[in-house]
Amino acid sequence: MSDTFLYGIEVVMNGLMAGVLYALVALGFVLIYKASGIFNYAQGVMALFAALTLVGIMEGQVPFSHLINAIFGTNIHHFGWEVPAILAIFLTMGVMVLFAYLVQRFVFRHLVGQEPIILFMATIGLAYFLEGFGDLMWGSEIKKLDIGLVQGASVWFEDLTSGLGGDGFYGFYIDVLDVTAAVVAVILVVSLTLFSQYSKQGRAMRAVADDHQAALSVGISLNFIWILVWSIAGFVALVAGIMWGAKSGVQFSLSLIALKALPVLMLGGFTSIPGAIVGGLIIGVGEKLFEFMIGPMIGGATEAWFAYVLALVFLVFRPQGLFGDKIIERV
Amino acid sequence: MKLKLATLALGAMMATGPVMAELVFPSLAYRTGPFAAGGIPFADGYSDYFTLLNARDGGIGGVMTAVPECETAYNTEKGVECYEALKGDGALVFQPLSTGITYQLIPKTTADDIPMHTMGYGRTSAKNGKVFSHTFNYPVNYWDGASVGVNHFKEQAGGSLEGKKITLLHFNGSYGKEPIPTLEALAAQEGFDLTIIPIDYPGQEQKSQWLQIRREKPDYILFWGWGVMNQVAVQEAVNIRYPMDQFMGIWWSGSENDVMPAGAGADGYKAIAFHNVGSDFAVFGDIQKYVVDAGTAAGDGSNVGTVLYNRGVYAAFLAAEAAKTAQAMSGTMDINASQMRDAMEALEITEAKMAAAGLAGFGPEFSVSCENHGGPGMAAIAQWNATDQKWSLITEFGPSDSSIVNPLIEADSAAYAAENNIAERCN
Repeated sequence: MSDTFLYGIEVVMNGLMAGVLYALVALGFVLIYKASGIFNYAQGVMALFAALTLVGIMEGQVPFSHLINAIFGTNIHHFGWEVPAILAIFLTMGVMVLFAYLVQRFVFRHLVGQEPIILFMATIGLAYFLEGFGDLMWGSEIKKLDIGLVQGASVWFEDLTSGLGGDGFYGFYIDVLDVTAAVVAVILVVSLTLFSQYSKQGRAMRAVADDHQAALSVGISLNFIWILVWSIAGFVALVAGIMWGAKSGVQFSLSLIALKALPVLMLGGFTSIPGAIVGGLIIGVGEKLFEFMIGPMIGGATEAWFAYVLALVFLVFRPQGLFGDKIIERV
Repeated sequence: MKLKLATLALGAMMATGPVMAELVFPSLAYRTGPFAAGGIPFADGYSDYFTLLNARDGGIGGVMTAVPECETAYNTEKGVECYEALKGDGALVFQPLSTGITYQLIPKTTADDIPMHTMGYGRTSAKNGKVFSHTFNYPVNYWDGASVGVNHFKEQAGGSLEGKKITLLHFNGSYGKEPIPTLEALAAQEGFDLTIIPIDYPGQEQKSQWLQIRREKPDYILFWGWGVMNQVAVQEAVNIRYPMDQFMGIWWSGSENDVMPAGAGADGYKAIAFHNVGSDFAVFGDIQKYVVDAGTAAGDGSNVGTVLYNRGVYAAFLAAEAAKTAQAMSGTMDINASQMRDAMEALEITEAKMAAAGLAGFGPEFSVSCENHGGPGMAAIAQWNATDQKWSLITEFGPSDSSIVNPLIEADSAAYAAENNIAERCN
């Protein structure tokens, strides 16, 4: 096999892995949209907030220390202890549940039955609030996230495949962290699909998504379901924050990972959990292959726009996305 | 009623009327947004140095200084709004801290007769004072940086880059594209193959770029990144096991922020630097004593001595020295922006001045002139030691290749002059 062909395969493999990371972000959007019809603009910021909270707890950082020091003239920053990663993840999850409760209690409870655009606008406000709140709580410096995840090339896989090509071929490159992310994503998708299809709460979630008022009339607690959904989305945001934060450190830009999820949602559909995964894989492979084959001819850096073009092409044929529910309006 | 109106009018007059004279150094800062982690230490350093001058020396020439801050979030539109909001407050010099904002402010500052200092960023050809009367980019610019970087690689390669492969990995915007003309000219002169690989904003996902690097196996990589792009690039280089001592960033890709997330793997990464690193300078002791301990620091003091904090201090030092020069030249302590501009054009930074400010050996000695607003174009190479968690300079400050850089500056500034009908000055 020629080295170019092998490099093409390598690009596809890495595109699949990148697609899984995109899908992890898209999942959070899908969950909330599916259950409440809200396009949650704040999903990217939730990933940032969750990751900031995780690092802050692990390092024993005093929340709001800058504010406390400025008001009281103190000089406190750390409690002086460190928290193990697993415990910190559970505590962070607790914070995200509390966040879900507060969002429901102070924002969406007052917006039941409102137009989707109103709910969307509310999430924009929520995103800006959470951005500033996260900074105030944990500071805006870049933080190293180390929960023991291995990253870097899989030497074993490189050695195993290095014989496939010529002398210039090093073997296929696969990042171990991406493999971990893929495994986690598969577990998440299977669990969430089973939960939404077969559990009582899952069915209630779908009922709420169909019609708030009708769900209320059959005794489903809208408050509980929304808190549940936002908590699950918070957990997905935490997972995405961990995977992306391990690569770049935890910093404001984590909130921008939402940009990577939008074409995935357009392609996979806003209401399908498997759609998020398949959409992510198609976008990941498509943009990487395009950059590999066409990019050098047109100056490179094609990925940011190509993902959207690809999604738009799919939308021409399936406006609801590959797996989205077809919207039928009867008049 | 009349009494109330008279009271209100008096109150308004008292609020807006002149108070004690101040030397105003506006700070266009970005403490929010995707680049906040880089913007905060710079803004803190800039502010803290002037706070130190007020607390320790009673200001500059007996006149207190003020640093009104305006948040740009690294956004060009907001930056221009900040400029418009602050220019009327007696601003002596603007430091926009963004190449995008710089390009917008070049004509505005010229029309308003307010100097602008773009230290190590902005429009490179602004070095030509014959065309750019109010823009200064001393002591170094991006083209100098590219040249110094290539010189270092040449030395590392044993004196010749003939047949070597150098990759420029860059932010796909005006800032990241700045070094391309210089590198193309250097490639022709030195005989190396240049590959240019852009990364789109924000640069959180760089798999394609690093797979290409892994395939093409360049001998050296020069990197022009900012924000999250830096941390991801360093991590990806570690992931593909690229030799870190052959990977070098420009000064905006060479702070603690950029290497810490990658941990031990980042050891050996290099960066081009135009000022010294670390906290082993007398000025930082004074900042600790007069500013941080006094509770008047812009931040919590934890940034003191970091690369970007030091850069803010250096920018403030250069502005303060220009203000002193303006006071000496004009014979008045309460200088205006026009006098500041004249002084920046006559600025001399000597070792004695740096030592007096507690910054001995912090940067190269240089002087500015009507023709040369960019100083000597000298830079050094810094290297990251992951064990000690420290940057250190591994070379002296060395010159760029002026035979390459100067003709490019002449050509670019001449084109700007022709487009904007600017008559050359300094004749």
